[in-house]
Amino acid sequence: MPKNNCIIEVEGLYTQFGNHVVHENIGLCVQRGEVLTLVGGSGSGKTALMRQMLGLETPAQGTVKVFGEPLRDRNRQQIQNMRNRCGVLFQKGALFSALSVYDNIALPMRELRTLDEEMIRDLVMLKLEMVEIAPVHANKMPAELSGGMIKRIALARAMALNPELLFLDEPTAGLDPELSEGFVSLIKTMQSELTFTIIMATHDLDTLVALSDRVAVLADKRLVALGTVREVINTKHAFISNFFCGVRGRKTLENNSIL
Amino acid sequence: MMSEIQGSNSPMVLRRVTGADGIPRVIVEGNCTLTALGERIRPIAAELSEYATAPELRWDLTQIARMDDAGAVLLWRGWGNQRPRYLFVRPEHERLFDRLEETWTPPSEATPDRLWPIMVLGKAVFLLWEHLVGLVILMGQLVLEIKYLAGHPSRIPWREISANLYRTGAQALGITALVGFLIGVVLSYLSSRQLQIFGAHIFIVNILGISVIRELGPMLAAILVAGRSGSSMTAQLGVMRVTEELDALTVMGIPHSLRLILPKVIALGLAMPLVVLWTSAVALIGGMTVAEFQLGLGYKFFLSRLPDAVAVSNLWLGLGKGIVCGMAIALISCHFGLRIKSNTESLGEGTTNSVVTSITVVIIIDAIFAVIFSDVGLR
Ligand SMILES: Nc1ncnc2c1ncn2[C@@H]1O[C@H](COP(=O)(O)OP(=O)(O)OP(=O)(O)O)[C@@H](O)[C@H]1O
Ligand SMILES: [Mg+2]
Repeated sequence: MPKNNCIIEVEGLYTQFGNHVVHENIGLCVQRGEVLTLVGGSGSGKTALMRQMLGLETPAQGTVKVFGEPLRDRNRQQIQNMRNRCGVLFQKGALFSALSVYDNIALPMRELRTLDEEMIRDLVMLKLEMVEIAPVHANKMPAELSGGMIKRIALARAMALNPELLFLDEPTAGLDPELSEGFVSLIKTMQSELTFTIIMATHDLDTLVALSDRVAVLADKRLVALGTVREVINTKHAFISNFFCGVRGRKTLENNSIL
Repeated sequence: MMSEIQGSNSPMVLRRVTGADGIPRVIVEGNCTLTALGERIRPIAAELSEYATAPELRWDLTQIARMDDAGAVLLWRGWGNQRPRYLFVRPEHERLFDRLEETWTPPSEATPDRLWPIMVLGKAVFLLWEHLVGLVILMGQLVLEIKYLAGHPSRIPWREISANLYRTGAQALGITALVGFLIGVVLSYLSSRQLQIFGAHIFIVNILGISVIRELGPMLAAILVAGRSGSSMTAQLGVMRVTEELDALTVMGIPHSLRLILPKVIALGLAMPLVVLWTSAVALIGGMTVAEFQLGLGYKFFLSRLPDAVAVSNLWLGLGKGIVCGMAIALISCHFGLRIKSNTESLGEGTTNSVVTSITVVIIIDAIFAVIFSDVGLR
């Protein structure tokens, strides 16, 4: 057992694209079972940080450990095991355009090779119901869906294997307020039943306040604040005061009796 | 670390006990989650359906540590898609079964279709018809665009035409030269061996001249360009469809036929005869080189004999084929590109179909030319 309860450990991370430095010396530990929200302006490197944690990008410097081990030196089986325990919702959905909605969600289940087709069918229907997609849409192709539906189906696919570690890039962007609320309550009920760790990037204050255990603020290429919502809003930084203490931010925080 | 986590995931087990009151019950324990179950799903499913044959059995699920929807579905299927008569379950798990009860519908049975051979044939015929109509419509659109451009010369897309000219013409010079040269060498070598037997050295000029200038040059160039530029045109339009760039152009009021398709057709119509000329020339050079080594016919002699051996109308015929094939390739590639649907599979399929069709059409055009001009340029 590692000394701390970190499911993801980021140490001294530098990210660079060509000459463009995105992250400078980021250190972060994601606790098992928490919901960690990444906030930051557009282009501040939230998606880039998630990609580092997923091993889709290699750090210029520093290390990223997932489930206690660095991503690099693992064999094929270990990588497969790790991938089966992670679910990812990409910012643009990334549904397979050649597969129907049903097959998109069934794909990770089929890859397990332990479930039979009838069980997969029941599970897919449950997932669709979970994200409030009517069964009539199951045979549509991704090109025939609305933007919000793509998001919800991508979420269903990310949760197909009930992963213990869930990466959500802007899960509520493009959803109407009611669906956003549905998403929040969905995550809450699922968390009450199973232990999930969620890393989420969002600009949606309502979702952030409702779900986050801790908030990490990315600005000026660094991690400028890390803590509960209460702790973060008391940090002095231009971005934080704009983001949380603007007119809309204030209202949301007041509604949730944080201010 | 990894094994340790899996260790704490003690998987689901079924225990059959008979209580003090003599009533049999099944106690389910452990983790009913997808990760914890792993490979054990099949044996557990078999065990479950065995127990489920006894309706009087009490099911006690209160000992379950954790359960996700996969675990719930497993139990549900074991029970034959219904709740057992006696079920004890914790409220947070009750919810999962409620949801299953609501959503579960029997799978619809697919009826086998006996008429499929006729359906397949019919669909193929309709598809062919659709392609023909589509191509005619596209050509009509281009004619209208040309009429429009005649009235508004400032709207002519020069920049796109020149970019396409460079991409389809200039950048194709290397590959066509290589292939043309090799074919010229091979053809000349094989023919000269035969001619030597009859002592008819001099006819190598006729054989090479007619075959390369009239047939091989245009065909080689057209097939290479169909593979090279045709596929890239289809893929470009297809990706623009997938990424909705075509729609973005439409809402900006930029017509596809004017800015994307017409420049390609014009550019390939201009570039192809030049590429044909180039390919034929390089193939002849290849042939001449071999003729010199093999038969001892010098360059000067070869070139001075060429105008006598091959009528100049053959050259015009070759260039004419080039123009027609070039425009046909561009039209077909664009037609297939515009038909691509917004998914990656359709993109791959469309590109393949486009190249196969272009090459077939190029050969058909060649045959038509051969029939129509059968008494031109041949003595
Ligand atoms: N593959 C890449 N190559 C070059 N630069 C990149 C690449 N990916 C990201 N970047 C740059 O990294 C920076 C951070 O991008 P990132 O996508 O992480 O932003 P973000 O915080 O997710 O923004 P948003 O809220 O708009 O999604 C941007 O300036 C972007 O231009
Ligand atoms: Mg992003």
